[in-house]
Amino acid sequence: MTDPILTLSGITKTFPGVVALDKVSFDVRPGEVHALVGENGAGKSTLMKVLAGLYHPDAGEILYQGAPVRIDNPLAAREKGILLIHQELSLSPELSVAENIYLGAWPTNALGVLNKRKLRRDTQAALDALGCTFGPDDRVGTLSVAMQQMVEIARSQAFSANVVIFDEPTASLTDTEKDQLFTTIRALQAQGVGIVYISHKMDEIFELTDRITVLRDGVVQGTVDTKNTDAIAITRMMIGRTLEAYFHKANSTFGDEVLRVDGLSLKGQFEDVSFSVRQGEVLGFYGLVGAGRSEVVETLFGIRTADRGRLHWEGAEMPLPTPRHAIDLGIALVPESRKEQGLVLMMGGQDNTTLPHLNSYARATVMDRRRERATFDTYRDALSIKTTGPEQAVSTLSGGNQQKFVLAKWLCAGPKLIILDEPTRGIDVGSKSAIHELIAKLAEDGLAVIVISSEMPEVLGVSHRVLAMAEGRLVGEFEGDAMTEENLIDAVSHHLAKPAAE
Amino acid sequence: MQTDLKAFLRRHGLLTGFGVFLIGVALSADGFVTPGNIFDVLRQVSITGVMAIGVTFVVITGRLDLSVGSMLTLLTVVAVDQHNVAGPGMAIALTLAAGIGIGMVNGVLVGFVGLNALIVTLAMLSFLQGLVLFYSGGSNVNVQNAQTTWFAVFGRRDLFGVPVPVLIFLMTAIAAAFLLNRTIFGRQVFAVGGNETAARFSGIAARWTVFWAYVLSGLTTAIAAIIMGSRVMGAQNTIGQGYELTVLAGVILGGTSLLGGSGSIWRTVLGITMLGFIQNGLLLLGYPYYVQWLVTWAVIILAVWVDLGAKRGRILA
Repeated sequence: MTDPILTLSGITKTFPGVVALDKVSFDVRPGEVHALVGENGAGKSTLMKVLAGLYHPDAGEILYQGAPVRIDNPLAAREKGILLIHQELSLSPELSVAENIYLGAWPTNALGVLNKRKLRRDTQAALDALGCTFGPDDRVGTLSVAMQQMVEIARSQAFSANVVIFDEPTASLTDTEKDQLFTTIRALQAQGVGIVYISHKMDEIFELTDRITVLRDGVVQGTVDTKNTDAIAITRMMIGRTLEAYFHKANSTFGDEVLRVDGLSLKGQFEDVSFSVRQGEVLGFYGLVGAGRSEVVETLFGIRTADRGRLHWEGAEMPLPTPRHAIDLGIALVPESRKEQGLVLMMGGQDNTTLPHLNSYARATVMDRRRERATFDTYRDALSIKTTGPEQAVSTLSGGNQQKFVLAKWLCAGPKLIILDEPTRGIDVGSKSAIHELIAKLAEDGLAVIVISSEMPEVLGVSHRVLAMAEGRLVGEFEGDAMTEENLIDAVSHHLAKPAAE
Repeated sequence: MQTDLKAFLRRHGLLTGFGVFLIGVALSADGFVTPGNIFDVLRQVSITGVMAIGVTFVVITGRLDLSVGSMLTLLTVVAVDQHNVAGPGMAIALTLAAGIGIGMVNGVLVGFVGLNALIVTLAMLSFLQGLVLFYSGGSNVNVQNAQTTWFAVFGRRDLFGVPVPVLIFLMTAIAAAFLLNRTIFGRQVFAVGGNETAARFSGIAARWTVFWAYVLSGLTTAIAAIIMGSRVMGAQNTIGQGYELTVLAGVILGGTSLLGGSGSIWRTVLGITMLGFIQNGLLLLGYPYYVQWLVTWAVIILAVWVDLGAKRGRILA
């Protein structure tokens, strides 16, 4: 077995409040393709940025060709022979292929004038080595995405890279282009280049790679030989288990059906989604990020418009709503992103709270500030929000208190169905359990509740019934004793392990 | 204490700086602080001021309206010409309707079609300038019975010793401040400018909010055109040239952020009034007329710079 060309040991990187990488160790051998997988937020991109010199680790060591190195910036990484192929390509469309490949390192003569002959000759050699069909003088903007990616890869030849890192390289490629890319990667492999391959797609990983390292929550879950494992095992490592916490499940009696969804479809997002939710019921949606959960609920709320499907509200068919229509019916959506979708950050807590219901706080279109203030006071006390007053801009509050204002703005109008999309993401433990308590109380008060979460213990802990989603489809429904982590993992991972046949 | 001072200067630094400058002018320029001069400046400011009030709504939604300069030219030409053709009452009605109509076109293109506000309104600036020449055939228009028409009341008369245009400015400001601070629409304007996505997630039809902001901008420009026509009793083809930037400079000097989401009518009133006195002071100090163009440049650059600094501070904080 050959010695690794690049070794990371004990790399730790923290950001305020988060440990992004926790003693991560990882290595790449010459001529191997090493997959790096994990959920969004697992730490893959942080690790990559450390390798490219964009972040400096707080602790740990990087060994390159056996010697410790410090990578100060992306240019230094490239000069050392470590090349990062970004998901979004970083080329200048107006420049030629040759100029792009050598960007920032153009060969010049003694007078500082660009040596075009050498530039063209060297580029041609790099392109030939990869079997590219375009020439050094082609303008990059006229090339296809796949060809542009080849231009980036050609830098590996021009700078004699020893390590090439691919970040989701097939995201925007067709199948044929993907095959060409794989041929190129194998060619690099034959040259003895060590390759790091970051991807979500199991079929690619099993087709291409030699070893797989799984990251979760900034911690390496393990490194395994590809031939000794399968997609289900890898998915399990990615999702994993977290510590059990105490959850208070609503002790409610179910009433009438509030919302029924039949065959809801939106091209490219989700397909044939059907379910219903009753008064007093907490319905959980589980799935990995990108499974289409947020898109489904945004469609129910009118932010997106479905291509197909029917909705019934309290037993009667309803048209696909606009957000205004949805709010007036009694649907509330606590969105996934508090800062981008939930709040107007420069506004005060009071104005944020009444924002979806301006009509009910106005007399002849003039705002009634006394009633707005009364609502603000009620919810500040009920949710124990820490704020200096109604005018304090919510941008200055903690994440937990911000989230409570998002809840206040939806609760104050007395909704019949409340949808919470990742309601506890990025907030402290204390606020988390307060929100779990609140979910139970809302259901006990007779509301229908939909909770979306990527945290399995949370979704199992608060819900009466759980729907599993993967790649835009419902892949399982679990109730009572069937609501176990095992079943959820099975449903999701079996679906993901299937090759995309359709 | 020190951070309080910093925060104060960040927010009000520009106005404070120009205030100090004005005190300097008052001490050194003869005839600056006389009732005659002050009312003269206020008469001039009332035209840009009324326009700036409408533009403030657009800027708070996070957008721009650069079409108001040639819109003022066109509407003044319409007001004066229709005065001769159809009489003062009809002229006023037509001017207001035309202003609202142009605002609607801007509002549809920016709010509903989603085109870039800067480009849409710059293009409208060009289009309206062309329309002026088409409408007037290239010649200036004048009110024929300037000495006898009641149309003179808007630009030339006083009421209780205060010039009527100044009263119109004041009334417009009071109405606009009420609209912005106390009504549903005002709240929607702030929400759309502060975070358009969150506004949509709160059921606000952001495109309509933007549309109505442009309509208001057209309406206030029409009111300004009536004052202008009445004051001059005529209209040249270039009468509103450059007003779009003077108006914008007044709005941002007052502290309304070009990034949207914050601002106030009274600060715009203060900003545009101060700008008027600065330009008047420079003239009285003996600087040539064209210096006011340079002042507009300086105010815009400084105000945007300070605004950016405040935003950075807020993001880092």
